Amino acid sequence: MSRPARHDRRRRGTEPVRLHPKPDQAFLGMPAFPDAARVALGDQQLRANLRHATHTIRAKRLNAVGEMPDWQDLRMAAAGIKDETLAHLDDYLVQFEQAATAAGATVHWAVDAEEACRIGVEIAQRHRARDVIKVKSMATQEIGLNEALEAHGIHAWETDLAELIVQLGGDTPSHFLVPAIHRNRDEIRDIFTERMGQVGRAAPDDLTSEPRRLAEAARLHLREKFLSTTVAFSGANFAIAETGTLVVVESEGNGRMCLTLPDVLVSVVGIEKLLPSFADLEVFLQVLPRSSTAERMNPYTTMWTGVSPGDGPQEVHVILIDNGRTRALADEVGRQALRCIRCSACLNVCPVYERVGGHAYGSVYPGPIGAILNPLLHGVTDEHDAQLPFASSLCGACYEACPVAIDIPSVLIDQRAAAVREKAHHRVPTAESVAMKAAAWTFGDAKRLARAQKTASLGRGVARHVGWLPGMLGGWTSSRDLPEVPRQSFRAWWSQREDTATVKALEE
Amino acid sequence: MSSRERILSSVRTAITGATAPVVPRGYADRLELDAAGQIALLVERIRDYKADVRVISQADLARTIGNVLGERSASSVVVPADLDPQWLTTVTCEVLRDDPPLDARRLDQVSAVVTSSAVSVALTGTIVLDAGTAQGRRVISLIPDLHICVVPAQTIVGTVPEAVRRLDPVRPLTWISGPSATSDIELNRVEGVHGPRNLVVLIVN
Repeated sequence: MSRPARHDRRRRGTEPVRLHPKPDQAFLGMPAFPDAARVALGDQQLRANLRHATHTIRAKRLNAVGEMPDWQDLRMAAAGIKDETLAHLDDYLVQFEQAATAAGATVHWAVDAEEACRIGVEIAQRHRARDVIKVKSMATQEIGLNEALEAHGIHAWETDLAELIVQLGGDTPSHFLVPAIHRNRDEIRDIFTERMGQVGRAAPDDLTSEPRRLAEAARLHLREKFLSTTVAFSGANFAIAETGTLVVVESEGNGRMCLTLPDVLVSVVGIEKLLPSFADLEVFLQVLPRSSTAERMNPYTTMWTGVSPGDGPQEVHVILIDNGRTRALADEVGRQALRCIRCSACLNVCPVYERVGGHAYGSVYPGPIGAILNPLLHGVTDEHDAQLPFASSLCGACYEACPVAIDIPSVLIDQRAAAVREKAHHRVPTAESVAMKAAAWTFGDAKRLARAQKTASLGRGVARHVGWLPGMLGGWTSSRDLPEVPRQSFRAWWSQREDTATVKALEE
Repeated sequence: MSSRERILSSVRTAITGATAPVVPRGYADRLELDAAGQIALLVERIRDYKADVRVISQADLARTIGNVLGERSASSVVVPADLDPQWLTTVTCEVLRDDPPLDARRLDQVSAVVTSSAVSVALTGTIVLDAGTAQGRRVISLIPDLHICVVPAQTIVGTVPEAVRRLDPVRPLTWISGPSATSDIELNRVEGVHGPRNLVVLIVN
């Protein structure tokens, strides 16, 4: 679904801005945040859906968290465990590999998305799979696994209800927990009615937009795929170094289906998903469900360690991916972003996310966490990622909500500085950088500043009220008037203050 | 250099000088509740997920299992290979023992499943199956639409930390909190997508 817009994307030439990118464009074709945000803000349906969803889940989350008197203790423990893991990540990765291998799994390592996809495609090809089923996973979306499989003639079927809506609707997720948050029930009914029959069991003729009926249509459509597919792909919420155990947290049972029914299971796991010991789950299984779906516990959690003879997949692979994580890990301020457990609490409380939705961020990782994670993973040399740290009001709601206490505002500020430094180093001078240099020169010397202020005051007679500025300054005055220049500068007034009765009165 | 070596070497460079904090573990690991209080809390919390939960005595177990299958018009029920035959004495529908293992397509034709469980958490209303005694393979408690799950009272704990400490990570574990559910459509909770849409919990006191 494309929406026309006034601004063209720099990398795609004259093609119009697409708010909901097609999967094969995998976010690369997304416009920069300000352009995408402008389009999103004009979409009344999107804003209504987002407002309803974020406000509902915010209220629910406060109840779920408020029930736990030891919430702050859990939060500090979760942050501490993750920091401890990251500080010894090399040891934990090796330990995980040994334990998982001993339990019958095959562990692969992938430096980047391309390598991870290649390993995944090879496994599917070795089993002559034409179709594979998938549990919702941020990591496989990040590496573009579905597109890589498709390029080799292998269809990857998403089995999470929201991911199914997104896949059949031909767009991309806009939230990590409820990826179809930008769609309402009527839109979902239309997508099911139109598309299900083209790729498998059709939706019932009398399908209504009642959520129960829509869920039933998805159950019937996907049951056939679960029973006939032999290779599944998943991510993992946690990977336990001590035991080689993987954990998937879910609601619908599609995860259990994918993790139990096929012969072959391939899990794509970011290296930051490790936890040192099985006992550490006692913290994360408390903070994750309450922060994400605002439930005391999610309906289903599956834990598996290598191969269990006679129970579940008998060929188990784990692909450990870096794909920028060691880059983020090297950033002393930013490495805390790798604590993220993808709960999405920060998205739901963010005033910017609430108004523009996930697609405007142009990344698999939207919202406040995406605004720091993307530049940390990729660097700020990419113009698109460099803009994301500015997509925030720095209100701090995300930090409060974060169950692993990531200080997102501080990392945002640090990444803003990195983006500005990057620009200064590698770009031809812009109007902004020239103006800033001029300002630095003026402010750098008291005499120069006094002269400039005097000049500005003299100009008062010419322009009392300024409602419009030319060129790059026009962005500022498009929604504000320029303040009137005072008759006298503060510095001039200060130097004369002994002569005035008011100041004397104040000093007494 | 292999990808493994490249990643490990990048990690080592990145964490040079990083210090590991002492993890503060001030959170609660048990509830101030006696056994009866824990059962009452577990019942309340499971009910919140819209599951059917009943507290019964050991003597009533077989009769209750038969009644539930009858009430829900089950035409067939699958049970783990090692389920105590005494639990099934009043069952009138077809009983399939998962021995030899039934394939998934056959299980898709079965209306119900009866299993026991390993540990339950009162605070969160969670039941954990670990493929141990009378629990069977993971797939049998997944495909039939009605899951009758027996919770022996002595397996109930108060909190998640207590449950984690009782479990063996090497076993395949399934944590169940109510029937399958989704909130993907406008955040409306709908019970029942892919897993069993009906969960009946029998707490045996």
